[in-house]
Amino acid sequence: MLNLRRAGRERVRRAPWIVSIYRTDTGKKYAMAISGVVLLLFVLGHMIGNLHVFEGAHGGTFRIDEYGEGLRDLGEPLFPRTMVLWAFLRIPLAAAFLIHIHAALALTRSNRDARETKYQSPRDYLAARYASRTMRWSGVIVLLFLAWHLADLTIGVEAVNPDFVRGSVYHNLVASLSRWPVWILYVAAQVALAFHIWHGAWSLFQSLGISNPRFNRFRRTFAHAFATVVVAGFLAVPVGVALDIVS
Amino acid sequence: MLDARIPSGPINEHWDNHRDSISLVSPANKRRFTIIVVGTGLAGASAAATLGELGYRVKAYTFHDSARRAHSIAAQGGINAAKNYPNDGDSIHRLFYDTVKGGDYRSRESNVYRLAQLSVEIIDQCTAQGVPFAREYGGLLANRSFGGAQVSRTFYARGQTGQQLLLGAYQAMMRQVDRGTVELHTQTEMLDVVVKDGRAVGIVTRDLVSGEIASHPGHAVLLATGGYSNVFYLSTNAMKSNVTAVWRAHRQGALFANPCYTQIHPTCIPASDEFQSKLTLMSESLRNDGRIWVPDRAGDTRLPGDIGESDRDYYLERRYPAFGNLVPRDVASRAAKVEVDRGKGVGPLANGVYLDFEEALRRLGQDTVRERYGNLFDMYHRITGESPYETPMRIYPAMHYTMGGLWVDYNLMTTIPGLYALGEANFSDHGANRLGASALMQGLADGYFVVPYTVGDYLAPQLGEGLVPSNDAAFVETERQVATRTERYLSIGGSRSVDWFHRELGKVLWEYCGMERTADGLRRAISDIDSLKEDFDRDLRVLGTSSTLNQSLEKAGRVDDFLQLARLMCVDALHREESCGGHFRVEHQTDDGEARRDDANFSYVAAWGWANGHEPILHQEPLTFDHVKPAQRSYR
Amino acid sequence: MHLTLRVWRQDGPGVEGRFETYEAAGIHQDMSFLEMLDLVNERLVTAGHEPIAFDHDCREGICGSCGLMIDGRAHGPQGSTATCQLHMREFSDGDTIVIEPWRATSFPIVRDLVVDRGAFDRIIEAGGYIGAPTGSAPEANLTPVPKETSDAAMDAAACIGCGACVAACPNGAGQLFTAAKVAHLNLLPQGQPERWMRVERMVETMEEYFGSCSNHGECEPACPKGISLDNIALMNRDYLLSKIRNRKLGGQR
Ligand SMILES: Cc1cc2nc3c(=O)[nH]c(=O)nc-3n(C[C@H](O)[C@H](O)[C@H](O)COP(=O)(O)OP(=O)(O)OC[C@H]3O[C@@H](n4cnc5c(N)ncnc54)[C@H](O)[C@@H]3O)c2cc1C
Ligand code: HEM
Ligand code: SF4
Ligand code: FES
Repeated sequence: MLNLRRAGRERVRRAPWIVSIYRTDTGKKYAMAISGVVLLLFVLGHMIGNLHVFEGAHGGTFRIDEYGEGLRDLGEPLFPRTMVLWAFLRIPLAAAFLIHIHAALALTRSNRDARETKYQSPRDYLAARYASRTMRWSGVIVLLFLAWHLADLTIGVEAVNPDFVRGSVYHNLVASLSRWPVWILYVAAQVALAFHIWHGAWSLFQSLGISNPRFNRFRRTFAHAFATVVVAGFLAVPVGVALDIVS
Repeated sequence: MLDARIPSGPINEHWDNHRDSISLVSPANKRRFTIIVVGTGLAGASAAATLGELGYRVKAYTFHDSARRAHSIAAQGGINAAKNYPNDGDSIHRLFYDTVKGGDYRSRESNVYRLAQLSVEIIDQCTAQGVPFAREYGGLLANRSFGGAQVSRTFYARGQTGQQLLLGAYQAMMRQVDRGTVELHTQTEMLDVVVKDGRAVGIVTRDLVSGEIASHPGHAVLLATGGYSNVFYLSTNAMKSNVTAVWRAHRQGALFANPCYTQIHPTCIPASDEFQSKLTLMSESLRNDGRIWVPDRAGDTRLPGDIGESDRDYYLERRYPAFGNLVPRDVASRAAKVEVDRGKGVGPLANGVYLDFEEALRRLGQDTVRERYGNLFDMYHRITGESPYETPMRIYPAMHYTMGGLWVDYNLMTTIPGLYALGEANFSDHGANRLGASALMQGLADGYFVVPYTVGDYLAPQLGEGLVPSNDAAFVETERQVATRTERYLSIGGSRSVDWFHRELGKVLWEYCGMERTADGLRRAISDIDSLKEDFDRDLRVLGTSSTLNQSLEKAGRVDDFLQLARLMCVDALHREESCGGHFRVEHQTDDGEARRDDANFSYVAAWGWANGHEPILHQEPLTFDHVKPAQRSYR
Repeated sequence: MHLTLRVWRQDGPGVEGRFETYEAAGIHQDMSFLEMLDLVNERLVTAGHEPIAFDHDCREGICGSCGLMIDGRAHGPQGSTATCQLHMREFSDGDTIVIEPWRATSFPIVRDLVVDRGAFDRIIEAGGYIGAPTGSAPEANLTPVPKETSDAAMDAAACIGCGACVAACPNGAGQLFTAAKVAHLNLLPQGQPERWMRVERMVETMEEYFGSCSNHGECEPACPKGISLDNIALMNRDYLLSKIRNRKLGGQR
């Protein structure tokens, strides 16, 4: 009899409950889906926040600058400034990203192992859409963009955004997006994100086992709508800059 | 004279009395016995699972890559059981009666009675395993009537009853594999039984992937290797179904009973060309609503829609006004042959008759018809490219089931002590003709409920005896014979493929030993088969080696055994100077062309064996009918 | 019809394979795909070449033996159809047809187009059953099962174990097969006592052999029996529940 089991796939020793779940591929998918939900909420929130740009200035300050400030002030005076931002938004978000990415890497490896020899003739896919087959690439693009984005508009790394002024969100944004390579980068990343969500926001239902014939057909509609709304919202900013609505 | 060791007492107490009196092996001692089960179809898988549960050490073998692929998977219609859930007057006695009558009074009453008794437990067992039998809205099990039965006693799981029952048995067996009581050998073909001092002590197998030939000792050997319909080349059986295990056991001394009892199924899709590899069954249930006809005029090549009512011959309705299109399988089959032989066959090769749903579509509407037969219509469409909603189906009879098999006693033991035969591999319960939905019942009865008891009776006295070691001379010699046989196919180096011989054999048998048989035809067939066998030994071409997967080599062995079996079938058919069930001798028919039995001279099981010569030797087991009085069947 | 076939030939497990090209002339459109291969094989033998090995048995679409990657699709171009039920009328004269075996690490190639799908058996062994030893079963009608449930269980139980789902999946995942069995048994009342153990053991065994599910959905259209992706969601849910449920309270639901 041939040996069928994949290398390194013998059952492993017992571990704490949550770790043992995460060790399985199915567990990693739960992790992906849950972190995915966190990230989805984040992008949705972020997108809505961004729309403040279109409110322009108000009493000498831009609304979006106030909004940025407001985020940092969240929870005041009960908590020290930025504490809520870190504890409830930045750290959980970073954790979600780390988990999401770790699981993505592990699953990708597992999937590669599962077919060591590829098909030697072209495949003719019937259901696997471009969006689903490129999750890891759209993910990587989003990740690279994220790094740039943090450097560009959150931290203000000199080499990335020389005109950066801490706290002046509106100014930084316009300065950055007025450079056409950056503009293209932003738009491209949003398109990648759209693809990612297009599949991801449907996929998470399956991964978490949320299924019911009554609403199943809306799951895809939801994902497509979510992707469209989020990305349309995000794209509004660079488009606004290009059209000089935001300047 | 063969002794079937039928228990004494009233027939309804035979099985209970027998169970109470046979020897038992205690739970702690069971694991000292190794039982070999060859075949993992319904009969084999259910036996392996149950024996494993009891604590025996079981070794199961199948040539498939998974036990789930056995031919039982293909059964569509259903399984009978005398549950009487519909409250329509069914009972164990009635199922018993119908089976004996349906078998045209050529089966062993006591076995059939036991089968009817056990049928009830089978349904309980399978339901507990999660077999998704059809249900009514109230959540209870549904029944339908099948094959013209007068009560609704057939349980079914859509058109996939065999699949679901087999998966139930297979899963139960896999559970035992997980627990270590059953050791499963897939892709392993049994090529001989090893007999020492007159007892079965093990088997010799060939690993189909590596080609390795190996010995496997056991305290008892159970053969559950299915039927031999494929001797006809074209049949409804799966391509790999074969007689090798049974035939090898037979050549080691187990008698072969009633080889000529074969069943032809009336509703199959006709062959479309020379390269047709197998025939597909269309469920018998289609005859409930379809009407069978041929054009009045021979050689009428008009499209069916262009042939008006007045130019059609609904021959079954005409000849059998009482039963019409629902006459039993053998009657419907022969009637179709008569029409096609008269030149009235339809379709491109003029080899079918119409099964027309036009009237049903009009009466019931497309939706109802789709609900009842949608799957079948789709399957027909896929195979023929024609839609039965628009044009009548074309059907023709095809080889389907073999009632003959290894002779077994009441314990299912063959004439070699320690060697048992289960399921379609034995001859036991169906006489000269099997009723629809009864093969599944028999396979499961044998495997779940009969053999697990009766094998203990044989094993108990052997407690403490070890296995015959696999380096014993008996194993070594059998291994050598198997290796020689295998190598010989490769070394003939002739010019014709295995399939060619198989096809030729099929043509001879279908022509002379198929639906109708004559003494002359059978004699002719015997000589044709002899010369085909000679050609085979001289002109076969098998390429490749014996040390890899080599499908032609596997097949060569199977066809070799088929050639030998085919001859025995003809000998048996020639000797049985009567018509009964699936065996129709043209010389023996009533004035209206029905089968005529000869109870005075042929009320026996014909079990064949060999001495040293070329001709087989007949042994008889007389049949007595104390509970069902033999009568002439009539369906007019 | 005259066709050109490009067929994967490989002499044994783990050795190099290659595509070979064969001309198939005189093919009748009513032939099944496998009968077409039979004919090609017959001619190969006559010409002194070893025939192409491929697995098949029932040729009725029920045993699950057959399975070829035909022009990049598992079981070929016709939906809901196993390879053995595919007929040549789905192709046109002059076509070139590429035939490859299923490819997955845990489906090693035995020879040419034949693969070993024993990994599926390991999954069933791990829990794809209801433990009801022979003889212990209660009267069948003691447990009514709602018809909808029973029908859904039957839908899932229709799986033939052909492996097309694994073959078609870009990840080589065995979810559809495994989920079909989990769903069949976990839906039925008879399957409740072992429900959590079953899904846990089956999923974990599955992962020893196969990739993970990215919900591409490629398995569903490849499946000759139309097994639904919903079963995978059900399996994922039950696996998660198996990790959180207090099984001692099983009787309380
Ligand atoms: C199309 C079709 C429809 C049918 N429908 C019905 C129906 O509706 N109702 C009904 O009651 N009956 C039906 N039957 C009949 C019924 O399916 C069979 O009689 C029954 O399933 C036989 O079961 P079995 O266990 O005896 O053998 P099988 O299921 O044929 O199993 C044989 C096993 O033996 C193994 N084997 C054989 N030889 C060897 C060897 N040499 N070495 C190792 N392993 C070996 C095989 O691998 C296989 O596992 C139908 C039959 C056909 C063809
Ligand atoms: C804001 C950013 C992101 C959002 C909103 C997001 C959202 C999602 C969601 C909802 C899923 C579906 C999970 C499931 O199937 O259960 C998913 C899957 C995936 N994500 Fe992301 N993701 C983001 C960033 C990333 C990043 C940075 C990567 C990095 C590589 C990544 C890689 C993947 C991959 C590979 C999958 C598919 C996993 C699989 O099914 O095998 N994603 N994502
Ligand atoms: S789920 Fe479908 S494709 Fe997968 S093994 Fe079962 S029948 Fe084949
Ligand atoms: S050969 Fe059995 S499913 Fe195709």
